[in-house]
Amino acid sequence: MTTLHSGVPTATRATAVAARATDLTKVYGQGETQVVALDGVSVDFRQAEFTAIMGPSGSGKSTLMHCMAGLDTVSRGSARIGETELTGLKDKKLTQLRRDKIGFIFQAFNLLPTLSALENITLPMDIAGRKPDKQWVDRVVETVGLSERLKHRPSELSGGQQQRVAVARALASKPEIIFADEPTGNLDSRSGAEVLGFLRNSVRELGQTVVMVTHDPVAAAYADRVVFLADGRIVDDMTAPTADKVLERMLRLSGGSPQTPGSDAKGRTS
Amino acid sequence: MFRTAVRNVLAHKARLLMTVLAVMLGVAFVSGTLVFTNTISQAQQSSSAKGFDHVDVAVEPESQPDRGDRLAPPPQLSEALLKKAAQVPGADSAIGSLQGFTALAGKDGKLVGTGFSTQGGNYWGSHDPRHPLETGRAPHGPHEVAIDAKTAERTGYKVGDTVRVSVDGPVLTPKISGIFTTDDGTVAAGGSLTLFDTPTAQRLFHKEGAYDRIDVEAAAGVSQHALQTQLDDVLPKDRASTATARQLADDQAETIASSMDSFRTTLLMFAGIALFVGIFLIANTFTMLVAQRTKELALLRAVGASRKQVTRSVLFEAFVVGTIAAVAGLAVGVGIGAGLRAVMGATGVTLPDGPLVISPGTVAASLAVGILVTMLAAWLPGRRAAKIPPVAAMNSVHATATTKSLVLRNTLGALLTAAGTAVVLYATSMQDMDSAQLPLGLGAVLLVIGIFVLTPLLSRPLIAAAGPLLRAFGVSGKLARLNAVRNPRRTAATSAALMIGLTLITGMTVIAGSSQQAVDKMATSALKADYVVSMANGSSLSPEVEKKLDGADGVTAVSGLRNAPARIANSTEYLTGVNGRTIGDLTDLPLKNGAFTVGGKDVVVDDDTAKEKGWKAGTTFPVTYEDGSKQRLTVAGIYEGNELISGILLDNATLTPHIGDPSDMQVMVKTAGGTSDAAQSGLIKALGDNPAIQVQDKQDISEGIAKTVTLMLNMLYGLLAMAVIVAVLGVVNTLAMSVFERSQEIGMLRAIGLDRRGIKRMVRLESLVISLFGGVLGIGLGVFFGWAGGKLISGSLDTYEMVLPWGRLGLFLALAALVGVLAALWPARRAARLNMLAAIKAE
Repeated sequence: MTTLHSGVPTATRATAVAARATDLTKVYGQGETQVVALDGVSVDFRQAEFTAIMGPSGSGKSTLMHCMAGLDTVSRGSARIGETELTGLKDKKLTQLRRDKIGFIFQAFNLLPTLSALENITLPMDIAGRKPDKQWVDRVVETVGLSERLKHRPSELSGGQQQRVAVARALASKPEIIFADEPTGNLDSRSGAEVLGFLRNSVRELGQTVVMVTHDPVAAAYADRVVFLADGRIVDDMTAPTADKVLERMLRLSGGSPQTPGSDAKGRTS
Repeated sequence: MFRTAVRNVLAHKARLLMTVLAVMLGVAFVSGTLVFTNTISQAQQSSSAKGFDHVDVAVEPESQPDRGDRLAPPPQLSEALLKKAAQVPGADSAIGSLQGFTALAGKDGKLVGTGFSTQGGNYWGSHDPRHPLETGRAPHGPHEVAIDAKTAERTGYKVGDTVRVSVDGPVLTPKISGIFTTDDGTVAAGGSLTLFDTPTAQRLFHKEGAYDRIDVEAAAGVSQHALQTQLDDVLPKDRASTATARQLADDQAETIASSMDSFRTTLLMFAGIALFVGIFLIANTFTMLVAQRTKELALLRAVGASRKQVTRSVLFEAFVVGTIAAVAGLAVGVGIGAGLRAVMGATGVTLPDGPLVISPGTVAASLAVGILVTMLAAWLPGRRAAKIPPVAAMNSVHATATTKSLVLRNTLGALLTAAGTAVVLYATSMQDMDSAQLPLGLGAVLLVIGIFVLTPLLSRPLIAAAGPLLRAFGVSGKLARLNAVRNPRRTAATSAALMIGLTLITGMTVIAGSSQQAVDKMATSALKADYVVSMANGSSLSPEVEKKLDGADGVTAVSGLRNAPARIANSTEYLTGVNGRTIGDLTDLPLKNGAFTVGGKDVVVDDDTAKEKGWKAGTTFPVTYEDGSKQRLTVAGIYEGNELISGILLDNATLTPHIGDPSDMQVMVKTAGGTSDAAQSGLIKALGDNPAIQVQDKQDISEGIAKTVTLMLNMLYGLLAMAVIVAVLGVVNTLAMSVFERSQEIGMLRAIGLDRRGIKRMVRLESLVISLFGGVLGIGLGVFFGWAGGKLISGSLDTYEMVLPWGRLGLFLALAALVGVLAALWPARRAARLNMLAAIKAE
């Protein structure tokens, strides 16, 4: 199974699949307290496409991302990054895969306070023991507009700047796919717009693949495609989204009361 | 507020675990010491009190001062005094008692017990009430002895067996006539008691017709006091003094108590060090707990709690933790007190039996120490908690503890360090060792505090110095280094704990090692003799021994060292009698002037004595011997004295006729072929395989000295081990808390691809860096103190030279590294197992 509305390609470059979930099921707990977070989800994330995953609280959107990114184990079904099957991989292989093929952007920035901005950006390569591609790093740094602040520690940067460092970190190692978890959740709207702009540009100009979990229809509107989740199932798949269309869809999903953007900055993930 | 505090303690059980353990260990040390020493001293007191069961009043010889050019006769009680005492109307009986070192060989030919607890004495008549016979009969004549039942049991001797016994050298082979039971304290403590009949004992102990003590038993109805008054009336006051059994028991109890006191003080000092080190750990814990609870505490403030209430809630938390730890520590301490006795018993040190003494004082002291130390350590964090503004509760931004500037701290630290160093240096420049001790101690304390205050400053360059090494470990190494200096105060407090332990260990090792070499050098460098023969317990040897050695095969030169008091110019000096013909061959004493001639009236004098008396080569001086006869002696030469030989050396042929009871401290022997196993066993054989006599060559003497030093050092290491263990707990504590605080970062690192091994390595390396930092500081300070202490010692020990035991120092550094690795085991595991998702989500 591919996607529900089998795709009208939004970008002509989007041909191959960067990540694929097949009948993905995730169950927490046992017996009476059992919670089905994902219930047979099948979805493709195409290369060089910016996909947003949306859904109300508890819909399973974060769980889907965690499973796809090899951060969480899968109860049933399969999750693939490129040609690599994640289910059944041992921790060591999974770690390697995350290191070499996946980039992460978190809501809480998650930078190391002891390292400078540049050191934070090249951290994944340092961990891998690889030499960073200097030209590429320079280009990424320039794109996110951090050239002047590379020597600064995170504590000396604003929230927006910190998240730009995180974006640069995710881009710098040229991962096959970037997963962003509410990347604008802790930012004011201007900084948020900047970060989303960078993410869209990285897809448009650098051919990066980005999957973003968000509950903000405005953020989702930056994506090429929006996948809607509710109760652990995919309920809709929208291409060329606009904020209005997304909001309207969300309203229907949550029975008329959508989460208004920013109303629930914390603890909104499933 | 109190309920909140209790809840907090319960909520942070795991994080408070190390704190509780640290306090518990310290308290256990304190209570263990108190229980052990109280138990031993009570047991000793009761056993010594038993020794007075058959005495009502004891008569002891009164020593008289030396007057003018006359030496006072040695104090002793004559047979006539005994008779007089026995005839006092209130006396029922009087027993003359004698005591002295008596070696008894077991069936294997070896000395029974240690040299100091093998006692001998006299068996009074045929039924000595002090020593009721179990089997056999009283010893009679020179060829019979009685031994105590415990020793008989231990050695397997029975009545009728022939045993080998030695009092001052010659081996005797008496028959066991009887086996008795005794209340004697030494025997109860694992010694042996061998009794001869009274005339034999008098002869062997060189107390012809005299006694060491007269025990008088009162007739029925006569009180101890009444008997004492009667005796005082009859006996000459200048020769005998009386004491009732009660007084004696009290005196003895006091002696035991005071000797136990110093033992207890020493142990408590080490317990204090362990507790002091624990303070760092406790303070760290509470600082971190407060930092983690900033929001919660701010909320309390916001809803109306006063600053005082916040501080009090933290202190109350400390009180709860301290109480739990102190109670646990007390229980463990009682166990240690009981266990220690068993352990010492198992290693051959027998201690008197008695019930375990847990006094109310012990309980109170242990609880107070545990609670006070914990609250004291939590006081600063508590005050810091009170300074959290209520608005911090509203800030959504994670409020990290503001790192206050270290300028004030560094200035203070620099001042203290400079002052401490100056005082220590001043102390080392002082001539008088006793008066230098106080400034040295004071300077050392100032310096240690100064360095501790400076550790945050020192941590950056020192840990940066480890950078190149850590680089080999890639990103884990780099992160470890950065994490180690991230919170300099915390790193400082953590490594300071280890620093203090290692400072003491290193300082003591340096001083002990250097002293050992110095003493060794002194004892052996002046010695040309191949062997030195002495008594196992250091008591004196009969002149027979020298004679026997002189006649042994292959012996070329022999000299006894014979000490005797004499009056010279109205003061009492000890003369050392030597064999004037051979002393030059046996010793190598550097001559300062004159000639090394010992014979007739010619004597040699060491430089210190010569200086004190103003003598030169050629000076003559008058001497009055023990027997009252006078002589003029001539200083033939002046030599450089040492610990082994010093003072006035004169020929035994000149000295011996004037002393009533000649005996040698030791005998030096030179053999034809130098030292060899054959020569040594030849000498041992010549002395009749005497278990009580040691025949040592230079190497044996060196080894003996080394053994003493090693034993002492090992004891110190053992005592300081507790401080090191607490320091290890401190490192574990800091790491565990850091891991907890940084869980979000660790989760992120895991997410972006650092594997579990990398995380573990990061934590381990951080631990290693912190521990090595403390280790380097401690070893550095220890060497400095070792040098300073050595300076003082060298004032009185000429051969002292500081020797740096590089091997040991390396070992200590390795120990610090090991501490780091061990301490990181659990925190590293926790870090690697951290739930990545929870960590990332956590805010």
